[in-house]
Amino acid sequence: MKTRNSIILILILAIIGGWTFVAINGMKIGKLEVGNIKNSIDLGLDLAGGVYVVLEADTDAKGEELQKLMNQTKVIIEERVDGLGISEPNISIEGENRIRVELAGVDDPQEAIELIGKTAQLQFVDPEENVVLTGKNVVNADVAFQQNQMGVDAPVVSLELDKEGTKNFANITEKLIGKPDIKDRIVYIVLDGEVISSPALEYVETGGKPITDGRAVITGNFDVEEANHLATLIRAGSLPVELIEHQTSVIGPTLGLEAYEKSIKAGGIALILIFIFMTIIYKIPGIVASLSLIVYTLFITFTISSLGVKLTLPGIAGLILSIGMAVDSNVLIFERIREELLLGKTTRSAVDSGFKRALTSVIDSNITTLIAGIVLYYFGIGPIKGFGITLIIGIIASMITSIFLSKYLLGLIVGITNNKNKKIYGA
Amino acid sequence: MDIIKNKKIYLMISLIIIALGLVMFIINGFNYGIEFTGGTLIQINAGKFISVDEAKNIVKEFDENASIIHGGSNKEELIIKSTKDLSNNDVNRLIDKFQKEHKINKKSVQAEKVGPSMGKEIKNKAILSILISTIAMLIYITFRFEFKFGLAAVIALAHDMLITISVYTIFKLPVNSSFIAAILTILGYSINDTIVIFDRIREELRLNPKESLDNVVNNGINHCLRRTINTTITTIIALVVLYIVGVEDVKILALPLLVGIISGTYSSIFIASPVWYDLKKYKRKTA
Repeated sequence: MKTRNSIILILILAIIGGWTFVAINGMKIGKLEVGNIKNSIDLGLDLAGGVYVVLEADTDAKGEELQKLMNQTKVIIEERVDGLGISEPNISIEGENRIRVELAGVDDPQEAIELIGKTAQLQFVDPEENVVLTGKNVVNADVAFQQNQMGVDAPVVSLELDKEGTKNFANITEKLIGKPDIKDRIVYIVLDGEVISSPALEYVETGGKPITDGRAVITGNFDVEEANHLATLIRAGSLPVELIEHQTSVIGPTLGLEAYEKSIKAGGIALILIFIFMTIIYKIPGIVASLSLIVYTLFITFTISSLGVKLTLPGIAGLILSIGMAVDSNVLIFERIREELLLGKTTRSAVDSGFKRALTSVIDSNITTLIAGIVLYYFGIGPIKGFGITLIIGIIASMITSIFLSKYLLGLIVGITNNKNKKIYGA
Repeated sequence: MDIIKNKKIYLMISLIIIALGLVMFIINGFNYGIEFTGGTLIQINAGKFISVDEAKNIVKEFDENASIIHGGSNKEELIIKSTKDLSNNDVNRLIDKFQKEHKINKKSVQAEKVGPSMGKEIKNKAILSILISTIAMLIYITFRFEFKFGLAAVIALAHDMLITISVYTIFKLPVNSSFIAAILTILGYSINDTIVIFDRIREELRLNPKESLDNVVNNGINHCLRRTINTTITTIIALVVLYIVGVEDVKILALPLLVGIISGTYSSIFIASPVWYDLKKYKRKTA
């Protein structure tokens, strides 16, 4: 019994030790590479540094119409952000008429915000480089099919212009369309200074007329995909609504990182102090609780990193609370064991009945808090949500480690040590 | 410890703090952070001391009434707070000027802009989530214990929140998103703490059905006392370390949490159980 228990205990210690080592230092065996935990946790903007902006649509639209407008706007912003080459942007519709854009690790955040929120960056330029139309004049751009010279239905891009655009476009087409040289009839479509299409107006002699109804068609040797791409680009050049900056936050990368580093350091120091405290007060069970706490910490950090939960400052607060509660579950159990010992029970039966009797309060208190965590996650926004998710993970981890791991470890040690010496169990 | 005998004294201590908080609230109101008022906050870690006058020289062009204070352990941080909703362009120019004149690193700058309706929205969401979770917890406790335990736990919870809010008004702490995180944490901790004691009272009731209610409550609390104190100590250890080691934002969070945790412990012993006792007695009298 003693030898068997000792071997299992040493094995468990080795696993915990190895896991801790990997978590702190990372690991590389052959092709398998595990990064250290500190770098593999996704950080929220307040820790990673970056920018977020909440934009509000300035529109009277309601209901379905508004929903459609917002979805359209979101797609356009996504395209613009893609153009910035930012990894893992987070773009979401918030409430009814707001869009939240989160960009991590941007060098010039202010510039990024301006680029995202601009109503129009698309320009139609005549051969003399006068701007004829801008993106805001384009009401819609879509793929359509039109018979070409060979009599086949071919994909084209159809444009629909607003009032002002229609007028300007009528003027320019009237001016240009009579020119014999094709080069003089080109209207360049420019997005962010780059020509994305250079269609020429069709010469009057071949049947072209000035375009006065605000509807134009770009033909070319497109396949559907190409036409679609061009239509999207043109649409992206014009947001369907004016966006008003509602909230912006820019956090320099060094500041966020400092907050993270210091929070980790604080967490480490706090854990060590808690280990010392628990060991002094509860002796052997205190050491067991410390081991459980290490596993608990590993468990939550790995869960957070593998679920891809973005850790924020309020999230760290949630974690600290859950550490407090993880300790609490252990304390509850050990106090019960101590009471049982003082009643004169043997260590083995005291450990057994102590766990059993503490179970209801551990479960009831944790589930009540878990309910709060779930509600906060479900109904909350932004920081409230982040807090909720870490609280949920923390409580589940704390219940598992305190109820199962602590009990198992304590059972092993009771099997190894002298059954009569109650002092080392905190009595 | 005879809690029931002195229950009025304990309640008075809490009421005095809450009353003080209320008075300070009437005099000063909340020190709202820009999350709630709307405005612009720029935080610059200059790495050296820049005097308020020097900073004001740059800032006055954008907002003459902006408040400028120092932060960080060596006053190397500048915190500029304006109630104006400065444009991005303005913020950029302001930072550029600081860079030119004081050689600050642009990467050590933090800027935040909030429209005035945003704070209201977060506040509403927070209040809504707290209400819903309170109701949900009340239902669970009623199901597992009884309604009176649930009611007493919720009253203790309200007590902790009021105490924490009072501390915010008394010490003029900024009411911002950390405040919301703190209130939420207290919500979780307070209930947890209270339930543990109620669990013990429930057990005492079952084991000694003939015992007087006074003794049942006192025994329940006293049996849990070591646990309550030890748990609180470990949580406080974590928070104190966080306060000492952490950055400014974390400190702002750690302080109210500390207050809330202490209040949560206090209320679970001195408020929740006496309230439950009174609710029980009231029923016995009328029955």
